[in-house]
Amino acid sequence: MKEKTKHVIVAGGGVAGMEAAGSLAEMGIRVTLVEKGEDPGGHLLQWHALFPGRRPAEEVRKYLRKRIAHENINVITRTTVEKVRHHGHEIIADLSGGTQERADALIVATGFDLFDAHRKEEYGYGIYDNVITSADLEEMFNRKRVVRTDGSVPSRIGFIHCVGSRDEKVNNNHCSKVCCVSAVKQAIEVRKLLPECEVFCFYMDMRMFGPYYEELYRESQEVHNVNYIRGKVSEASVNINNRLVIKVEDTLAGRPLKMELDLMVLMVGMEMSKPGARLAETSGLSTGINRFLESADHHYGSNRSGVAGIFYAGTCTAPMNITDTISHSRAAVEETVRYLGSK
Amino acid sequence: MSEQKANRFGFAVNRSRAINYDTSDRKVREYVTLREPSFRLCFACGGCTAACTAGQHAPFSLRKMNTYIRRGEIDTLREEVARCMLCGKCLLVCPRGVNTRNVVAMTAEGIRKLDRNEL
Amino acid sequence: MNSEIFIWPFNLGLYFILIYSVVRSTIWFRSLSRADKLRLQRGFFGMPFMQSIREIFMESLLHRRIFKKNPVLGYMHMSLAFGWFLLIVFGTIEADFFGERHLNPPSHAIFFRWFNPEHGASGLAAIYGHWMDFLLVFILSGLLLAVVKRFIPGMMGMKKTTRHTWTDRIALTSLWLIFPSRLLAEGFTCGVHGSGGFLTGNLGAALTSFLPAADIAPYFWWLYSLSLGTFFFLLPVTRYFHIPVELILIFMRNSGITTADRWSAYSEVQTHACSSCGICISVCQMSRAAGINDMQSAYFIKGLRNERDIAAITANCLMCGRCDEVCPVGIELGPLRLIERRQGERPATRLKFIDRYGLTRRREQIEREPTQSYSYLVPEEEEQADVLFFAGCMTHLTPSVIVAMKKIMESAGVMYRFMDEEGGVCCGRPLMLAGRDREARELINHNSDIIWKSGAKTLVTSCPICYKVFRESYYLEAQVMHHSEFINLLIEEGSLRLGYLHRRVVYHDPCDLGRGSGIYDEPRAVISYVAELQPVPEARSMSLCCGGSLGNLTLSSEKRALIAADAAGTLTRSAPDALITACPQCKKTFAQATETRVSDIAELVAVALPKPVRRTRSRSSANTVRTVADG
Repeated sequence: MKEKTKHVIVAGGGVAGMEAAGSLAEMGIRVTLVEKGEDPGGHLLQWHALFPGRRPAEEVRKYLRKRIAHENINVITRTTVEKVRHHGHEIIADLSGGTQERADALIVATGFDLFDAHRKEEYGYGIYDNVITSADLEEMFNRKRVVRTDGSVPSRIGFIHCVGSRDEKVNNNHCSKVCCVSAVKQAIEVRKLLPECEVFCFYMDMRMFGPYYEELYRESQEVHNVNYIRGKVSEASVNINNRLVIKVEDTLAGRPLKMELDLMVLMVGMEMSKPGARLAETSGLSTGINRFLESADHHYGSNRSGVAGIFYAGTCTAPMNITDTISHSRAAVEETVRYLGSK
Repeated sequence: MSEQKANRFGFAVNRSRAINYDTSDRKVREYVTLREPSFRLCFACGGCTAACTAGQHAPFSLRKMNTYIRRGEIDTLREEVARCMLCGKCLLVCPRGVNTRNVVAMTAEGIRKLDRNEL
Repeated sequence: MNSEIFIWPFNLGLYFILIYSVVRSTIWFRSLSRADKLRLQRGFFGMPFMQSIREIFMESLLHRRIFKKNPVLGYMHMSLAFGWFLLIVFGTIEADFFGERHLNPPSHAIFFRWFNPEHGASGLAAIYGHWMDFLLVFILSGLLLAVVKRFIPGMMGMKKTTRHTWTDRIALTSLWLIFPSRLLAEGFTCGVHGSGGFLTGNLGAALTSFLPAADIAPYFWWLYSLSLGTFFFLLPVTRYFHIPVELILIFMRNSGITTADRWSAYSEVQTHACSSCGICISVCQMSRAAGINDMQSAYFIKGLRNERDIAAITANCLMCGRCDEVCPVGIELGPLRLIERRQGERPATRLKFIDRYGLTRRREQIEREPTQSYSYLVPEEEEQADVLFFAGCMTHLTPSVIVAMKKIMESAGVMYRFMDEEGGVCCGRPLMLAGRDREARELINHNSDIIWKSGAKTLVTSCPICYKVFRESYYLEAQVMHHSEFINLLIEEGSLRLGYLHRRVVYHDPCDLGRGSGIYDEPRAVISYVAELQPVPEARSMSLCCGGSLGNLTLSSEKRALIAADAAGTLTRSAPDALITACPQCKKTFAQATETRVSDIAELVAVALPKPVRRTRSRSSANTVRTVADG
């Protein structure tokens, strides 16, 4: 008495969503992948190269694109899942634009938003020229041109860690995990692109949690002469020469330090995505103190929502790197398939 | 400890450079922690010191002060704590929400009381 | 019949309170400073005397201010105070006019019905009897409201009511008993004699029909006298002492005496003039948003009066000044708290002794020793400038304000010097708010020196905290202006050409700019010039504190966030495009508390500036920016 093919909706077409959709399709499950942007790919679309090996992001993009090129997958773009509810054993998802989608299960893969750097006004993003975010810098890498607003080549660049992370002033007490290693990676890329340019990282703690991360940190010092100063930058201003001036305490020297910079890169952290937060609110999914989705069990149920038929994949639950996101996504598929079989 | 006297040449003899956590006097730490519990939240980022109005003119680091109080090393803080202007700029910077101005006020008060044997 | 002994509790109480009041007033008068004594003497023989009489009538009797705030609460106070006053006046006239003698002792008027039980059977006396009964009804209706308020404060629109001490409770009980016992005493007496007005007469008749009225009546006359006597005796040690003290306060205030910055007899009079009405609690944001209900001005004043250790209460206040605005007695609550902060850790017992004997001037001798020292500051060389711009410490954390001000001043062709571009020295007000005036003076001297040397005619600041202290505690030749005033001036004199932004915005009055310095209109004029300004609840003098105030040294960041969220929620109720403020501290605090865009008034104006001609080289110095025709 085998019935018709099972159908799963995947909300979000970033790394987690694409991997989940691909895995499900392979198992003969029909998938509707709902993506808010023009194309699936998420934040990876803007990224130039990935830590720790600095492989081109395009390689991973290509892998994921291939993953969703499957006859079982229907991709809907420029759409978000606004609300999920149960109707008997069925799950009904209200999509933006007023349409509905019915399925047997749903995987939330709404991902993260990058912290809006305007909210740390003291760093001058949007106020001063030459204050950019880590995402802006990746765009520059894509164009192979790291320059100031006036077109000149910077001779000193500063990376400011923990912008929008570990900061109660912007209501984010959590660590975004990947910004430290991103900064190290970007610092190296800058040094390779502009060998004359000095690079400084201003950090509170260097959190090199993944394989080869610490090694990358070491390489940045040993091979690329990247400088590290331990201290949180309190504010930036612009001097008469139109150079940025930052104020920081060099906590290891125990004295305040002022430094002129040509370009300042804000390592923006991860926050719960807005569509994800909306979905959680309308559909009664619980969120944690960090505003990300809260899983049913921290250790052995991190893909379970606590609501039958709804599963979590990737950074909608917490900041993660791509490696962990893909693993988490596959685990979500496993949970989903087990659920579909038990119905 | 503070009772240890320097010898007549002005050098402290027989005194290890190590912070002796077991003999250090942590009364001021207890005094400040009790009256301003957010004191414990500091993770030594130095944002306060970077922003500090007084620190631009004279040695004053709230970040350092916080560490020294925790270790019971308050001898150097007597003069330093008096340099704060209480302007509150650090309050707007602190990523941990430490009530910095009250930490300064309570430290000054705690040291004064310690010196008067009231702690 | 004057030998009735039940009148003695009343008589003793009355004589006690009269003598006590005279002695206490004399002590207060003696401990006033020479200048204040002169003010009071001059006031007594001049206009202030008439003003005071008028104010006593309007406020102490009619309670006009409470009435405006809350009609039911106003009626309650009015019926008790004005009703009792009328009862005494007309009672005295009655005793004088209808009694056997003129110029009776007070007890004769108070217990008139006992002494003249047959009185008022017909004619004018009967009508007068009805009138006296009406006054009694008037008071009793207020009393009923007071009872209701005590047990169900919400019915009066009050969120909280003040807590009582045990002496307050006894005094309150005796106060509540006065008029019901009078009603019953008169009722029984009238019942026996078949006299009385519409109330006492009918009640008496009804009671007499089934009770031995003649035997019962004396007990109620005793109760009446005892409750009056008890009330008078307890008066000096309870909150009800405010009734006589308020009269003294009104005279002192109208004579030009102010709280100033030292503890004085006037401070003491103010603490005793507080009626603990609790209006300050209702408006306190610490209470309504952060659930803190033990530090409001009523408790602060009570602590002062009772010589309790109130260090924690004193410190835990935003100093926003909302309670000052609404205090119906007009007590200067903020300045009193600042005086108390200046005391530091005070040895309570010693002060108690000093205060008990009225030696209030001794207080200043035991004020706190200086804790801070800024001897490290070295005088700076200062260049000459017409206009000096002082951003302030906080403003350095809101660079958009600094950038906007630079654009505006350049656009208007103002030749200015940025005094604290490299980071300056604090203005001193945060220290003053912490009660460290002596230390603040060092910073004030340092900054004054720079300002004087610059020869500036105008000092513009972006921070209301700095603005207030520049205006009040600096001795300067330069005119001090907040940037909202300065921008308004530039617009008025035609130096700024601005476009109109099609945005709906609301304006938040920062505490130190609005209530603190009286600058309400200039910011509104500026905003209305460039955008559509929408009204907000609790504007101007009742404006909400953002919660970030430096006035509070002890408040946690969590509680501050609650206050900020509540205030921001109220301000953005109309879903405006932006919440405009004029203070870097407010901007920072609100930005964390609301999704609505928060901007400084200078930013808004800078957006309305015509677009500058594209700079060809970014290195070109700022003053070469020229503007094209306005949009």
